[in-house]
Amino acid sequence: MVNEGPYNHQASDSAYQFVQAALAKGHRIYRVFFYNDGVHNATRLTEPPQDDRHVVNRWSKLAEAHGLDLVVCVAAGLRRGLVEDNLAPGFRISGLGQLVEAGIQADRLVVFGD
Amino acid sequence: MTEAAMDLEAEAAGVVKKFMYVNRKAPYGTIYALEGLEVVLISAAFDQDVSLAFLDDGVYQLVKGQQTKGIEVKNFSPTYRALEGYDIEKLYVERESLEARGLTADQLLVPVEVMGRDELVRRMEEQDVVIAF
Repeated sequence: MVNEGPYNHQASDSAYQFVQAALAKGHRIYRVFFYNDGVHNATRLTEPPQDDRHVVNRWSKLAEAHGLDLVVCVAAGLRRGLVEDNLAPGFRISGLGQLVEAGIQADRLVVFGD
Repeated sequence: MTEAAMDLEAEAAGVVKKFMYVNRKAPYGTIYALEGLEVVLISAAFDQDVSLAFLDDGVYQLVKGQQTKGIEVKNFSPTYRALEGYDIEKLYVERESLEARGLTADQLLVPVEVMGRDELVRRMEEQDVVIAF
């Protein structure tokens, strides 16, 4: 679960690195759920400076490489202008039930926030 | 409820895990309390063993008589009273956090279980899922 947007907070970077490390150790990632300002990690409109990491594209690429399920909360997204039209590749929009269901199905739920 | 949500519910049927939502922030000033409460309400639909913990400035979320007109934000505190209707009745408040802010349990708008930090830690250790806002 990622609860902060890119760049302002490290939460998304930490989550990304955690997912990479978990995959490298042979764990399965059931889902990554983006909530609160974390929904901003899913906009395809960001253009960070060339010499900086591209937080959004990095998630998209990781999702493609490993078949990750990246889910953005619909209500939190609507509140912040994150909709299908500006959704980056690899993300999908769905409800909070996806978070609770992930908590039920997965062995561990890890929260990356402020 | 949407069809997709009902499918999810059916899929997860039978599994009951202990979910604790930890509220650490004041009700206004940031959106964490409000959006955290939205997660709590959704999780009620999944028939899980849900509890809420309030500590640090999170104890202010439960204080009676909130008036938000001046800051033009919706007063969502009545929603805590509705939790009982969703069978969410385990509300834990950390004694140290209350005392540090000069608050007592009778200033809170719902019945809660006040407990010391050590006891709250024990409850946290029993959980399958802890989500903190």
